[in-house]
Amino acid sequence: MGEAAIDLGEERPSVFMEKVKEILPDGGNLDLCLTCGACASGCPASGLHGMDPRKFLRMAALGLDEEVTSTPWVWLCSMCQRCIYVCPMQIDIPALVYQARSMWPREERPKGILGSCDMALRNDSCSAMGASPEDFQFVVEDVLEEVRESQPGFEDLQAPIDKQGAHFFLNQNSREPVTEPDEMIPLWKILHHVGADWTYGSKGWGGENYCMFLADDDSWKKTVATSIGHAHELGCKVYLNTE
Amino acid sequence: MTYAVRAGLQKFDIATDLEIASIYQYYARWIREGKLKVSSDWNKDLKIKFTAQDPCQIVRKSYGDAVADDLRYVVKAVVGEENFVDMYPNKSNNYCCGGGGGFLQSGYNDERREYGRLKLDQILATGADYCIAACHNCHAQIHDLAEHYEAPYHTVHLWTLICLSMGILGENEREYLGPDLAEVGL
Repeated sequence: MGEAAIDLGEERPSVFMEKVKEILPDGGNLDLCLTCGACASGCPASGLHGMDPRKFLRMAALGLDEEVTSTPWVWLCSMCQRCIYVCPMQIDIPALVYQARSMWPREERPKGILGSCDMALRNDSCSAMGASPEDFQFVVEDVLEEVRESQPGFEDLQAPIDKQGAHFFLNQNSREPVTEPDEMIPLWKILHHVGADWTYGSKGWGGENYCMFLADDDSWKKTVATSIGHAHELGCKVYLNTE
Repeated sequence: MTYAVRAGLQKFDIATDLEIASIYQYYARWIREGKLKVSSDWNKDLKIKFTAQDPCQIVRKSYGDAVADDLRYVVKAVVGEENFVDMYPNKSNNYCCGGGGGFLQSGYNDERREYGRLKLDQILATGADYCIAACHNCHAQIHDLAEHYEAPYHTVHLWTLICLSMGILGENEREYLGPDLAEVGL
């Protein structure tokens, strides 16, 4: 025998679901679920903490707002959007997950994600590791100098920061300059080899964005605006993502 | 990150005339234009097998199968067509590795590794010696999965292999290569 059906009692208005529908284009199609389970069957997060995307959507539709906005499962869904891809109705479950994340009191969201976003807000680097523009410049110049001195053929290798008018504005995951700086070198060599006119920015060079994962709209907006704004200031044409 | 920028510009209505691109697209373009002179000759006799992760943020969530095809074009040019083994499912239908969405920093490590078993099995099914993970989060997660589950594959960045194939990969730039490639092109 299965478990007894959930008694929903009196009619429960789904405040959460309605709110999410209002902010999504076409309401995120959240009303269109056929309950087929294609989302859940191909979701790596299915079963974790007894939850899956289909169940999550059904719970939201049934107005189980408290459960939906408090389950830690929203941090186990990576918002990879495969469920939308396989859904016959293109239902935006990840947007529902994002909104549920944003309903958590900010200080109760996972510490690592919160800390990484706060680090990115510390200075203009927008680096989840909190590296300052000065630290970044120091590492880049230090690594560059060593390559120029020790690797024949790369005496004139470039790794410019804030080069006005460069064609490409390049970002870089900040774990590379901070924890494994040698990993930047192959990228520089490739750009050198093809003769690309490129630059890092002293502002917004950090390629990662944990504020988005934190579901903190204001901070996500700030980091993107800082980075894109600096690419504009430098007169770049292409914003080139390394990941 | 490609998606955070593209989605952020749209969501927050930030105007820009910048082209927002993934470096995969440019790697492919530079090889097609003859500017990036990669070669797979180094692997003709070695026959080391590679598979590649399609990062959700770049493929499914941003540019779709077209950029996944660019990625394959680059990888095949670098390791040899016969030495590339695709995962299944792939491209826009690929499984997330479990490194995305902040998972790596969320503190839910047991759950993250459980989530990643699907990816681990996908990689193991290819029999590849290396998994190319050109997104930093994917790289960290896929590398951690191999360590945790004691899987035999190595995890490498794409830029490492591009430079290896051109004979310009330095001694200190080989952290993620196995003993089979440690000396190649030095």
